[in-house]
Amino acid sequence: MSTDLARIQFASTSIYHFLFVPVTIGLAVLTALLQTAWYRNGQPEYRRLTRFFGVLLLINVAVGVVTGLVQEFEFGMNWSDYSRFVGDVFGGPLAMEGLAAFFLESTFLGLWLFGWGRLPKRVHLACIWLVAIGAMLSAMFILAANSWMQHPVGYAINHQTGQPVLNNIVALFTNPTFLWGYVHVILASLVTGCLVMLCVSAWYLHRQTEVEAFKRSAHLSLVVLIPTLALALFVGSELGVVEAKYQPVKIAAAEAQWTTCQPCGFSLFQVGGGNQDHTPTKIISVPYLLSFLATNSFKGQVIGLDELQAQDVAKYGPGNYIPNVFIQYWSMRVMAYIAAAVFLFALWGGWLMHRGKLEHSPRFLFLARWAVITPFIMNTAGWMLTENGRQPWIVQGLMKTVAGVSPTVSSTEIWISLGLFLLVYIALGVTDLVLMLRFGRAGLPEDHDDAQLPDRTTTGRTRPALTY
Amino acid sequence: MLHLHTLWYVIIAFFWTGFFVLEGFDFGVGMLHAVVGRDHDERQLALSTIGPWWDGNEVWLVVAGAATFAAFPSWYATMFSTLYLALVLILAGLMFRGSALEFGDKVTAQWRRAWRWALILASGAVPLLLGVGLGDLLTGLPINRSHNFTGTFFSLLTPYGLWTGVTLLILSLLHGATFLSLRTTGPVHLRSRAAARWTSWAAVAAVLGFVIWTRAVAGGKFGLPVPALAVLAVLGTAWLAHSDQDGWSFAGSAVTMGASLVSIFAALFPNVMVSSTNAAYDLTVSNAASGSYALKVMTITAVIFVPLVLLYQGWSFHVFRGRISASPADPAAVAGASDAGPPPAGPVAATPGS
Repeated sequence: MSTDLARIQFASTSIYHFLFVPVTIGLAVLTALLQTAWYRNGQPEYRRLTRFFGVLLLINVAVGVVTGLVQEFEFGMNWSDYSRFVGDVFGGPLAMEGLAAFFLESTFLGLWLFGWGRLPKRVHLACIWLVAIGAMLSAMFILAANSWMQHPVGYAINHQTGQPVLNNIVALFTNPTFLWGYVHVILASLVTGCLVMLCVSAWYLHRQTEVEAFKRSAHLSLVVLIPTLALALFVGSELGVVEAKYQPVKIAAAEAQWTTCQPCGFSLFQVGGGNQDHTPTKIISVPYLLSFLATNSFKGQVIGLDELQAQDVAKYGPGNYIPNVFIQYWSMRVMAYIAAAVFLFALWGGWLMHRGKLEHSPRFLFLARWAVITPFIMNTAGWMLTENGRQPWIVQGLMKTVAGVSPTVSSTEIWISLGLFLLVYIALGVTDLVLMLRFGRAGLPEDHDDAQLPDRTTTGRTRPALTY
Repeated sequence: MLHLHTLWYVIIAFFWTGFFVLEGFDFGVGMLHAVVGRDHDERQLALSTIGPWWDGNEVWLVVAGAATFAAFPSWYATMFSTLYLALVLILAGLMFRGSALEFGDKVTAQWRRAWRWALILASGAVPLLLGVGLGDLLTGLPINRSHNFTGTFFSLLTPYGLWTGVTLLILSLLHGATFLSLRTTGPVHLRSRAAARWTSWAAVAAVLGFVIWTRAVAGGKFGLPVPALAVLAVLGTAWLAHSDQDGWSFAGSAVTMGASLVSIFAALFPNVMVSSTNAAYDLTVSNAASGSYALKVMTITAVIFVPLVLLYQGWSFHVFRGRISASPADPAAVAGASDAGPPPAGPVAATPGS
């Protein structure tokens, strides 16, 4: 019972946290690009856009930072046996994240927000880039730690305690699961940032206000979006090959492939095939495609779940080694199908932009306003595929999830924290949404308003407390 | 010979101390902003004194936690699962505080009032609860042979822990008041000075009690220099606050806060968590530590990054060092801005120097 509750708590808080993280990373990079454009060509539109998107960035950073704290503490609170067992290896990247990334991101965010007009232009520009670098470094250390749970490397087992002991830190950062996974997360974050920026720009272009400025940000987001999304699709598929090698159960479950096959077809949709039904009805099967996705070869073999289960029982003893197949199968498809659809949409936008018709296509501008929902669905589905696919392990092959939970924390305590976090998160989510909509629609700041502020009392319009 | 695990104990103590010395004034400003500021603009002025920094200051706590995870996994596991409900409240407090600082100044008057109270309560609850937790490490909690907590939430409310919490709460108030006195002008400045004078008396009482009690809990191994420094510093701060020396009284409250934190960790060493069940079950720097390779890697990381962090955080404090005044038309603000762009904006503007 308390294992399930602890899992629900970790899953819900980390999914929630990761709604904001990719926006932060993506918007930080894009805002830095806007400011770089202003620095280089001096066009006032870029400066106003920088400040405008800086506010949206700030709102998300705030929620991302406070929800990240919960993640940091939750290991010890809910998963103390896990923390005790893996701390020697797993704690390192987390501490490095704090030292090398958190300080950088938060300190330079403060310098950037309050440094308008006070720091030399070049130094001020460097500040926003350091915020972006800090955010990306932070993701790097977290992904290195997470990848170690997927595919443990660089350790030896201490025979007295039975615990993994770090013996090669370089291995953690050259772990193939990490390299592909990290690049995938950064690309997905950029896609998220681009779609947020495109959504806001489309809203203004549709209303034909500030067209000159928001044409620029729409163009920037499309120019970044198209190659980034193409790369994300490629890297994601390569990550699948890496995972098929080290975590074959994860990928077989993502295809609901119960029997071993060679070559294997990929089912676009299917009925059944969950944990109780080993003979699904594949609706449309694309021959050879699964072999290619899992092995990079059209004739590759994919070992079925029944065989993998038997192998794992022989290796680790009796137990169920198959994750929830339904979640695997559909999270994989939701992510991939939406990504493909968004890619086509982005190509359409690129074509319109090329023809100079972007701001005159109400259909595209309408879709662009709603496409902002898709990255959040894709990001969540991607993490569900990754994390659910590791079950029943908390560290693949080393420790089961059920063994990692805090023995002294009662279900009541987890209920209390779950309830409290739920309330706080709803409050934060509503606040974030209200503010994003409010400031997203508030219009660009006047270019000369720096010298004339405050307008807070005179016009009644307010701004984020931290911003100016 | 200096073991790496001893070094890491010192590093973690350093991060806790740094956290309270820096974030302590942020907590104080959060609690006092509605006392020293009578209307909306004055309250915003008070909050803007910590604007560029509070987020970076909070990272000191994150790193203290993460460093504990990396260097002393058993300590991290036992401490965080033991202090469970206290940490839930601390996390909720930090989330409300962060949101209040970022989002509080918006939308409607009711919205502002709600966030104002969230900020005041959260800024008080967090240092209080953290203090209770730190005091508990030293005074001891029921911990069994396998380093698992056997008590309930009420076992966490030890008398010494509560006193430590109250001490850190009062010191945060004093530190916030001296910080506000140093950074503001006008009526907010005068009220901040008054707040510093009032809280300094409470701080003297709290620190005296804390030092004597710590001595009683820790016994003879608790040396004299650090607690003596804490007492001298708090007396000095009280005197300086009464003679209106802003800079020196802020330095005084910083030293008081620092020496109080160091007192806890000095008294605790070589234990990291005391078991009230049996002294044989104490968690110590040696039985809770990671392996030597992991500690070596972490030490190299710290040697590279800690000086770097101190350097750029120090620079950030330097950049925004000036006093903040309520008048945006202050010509000094315009003159003081760099020539790179328009002058600093908002309801507040900085004047160079102090």
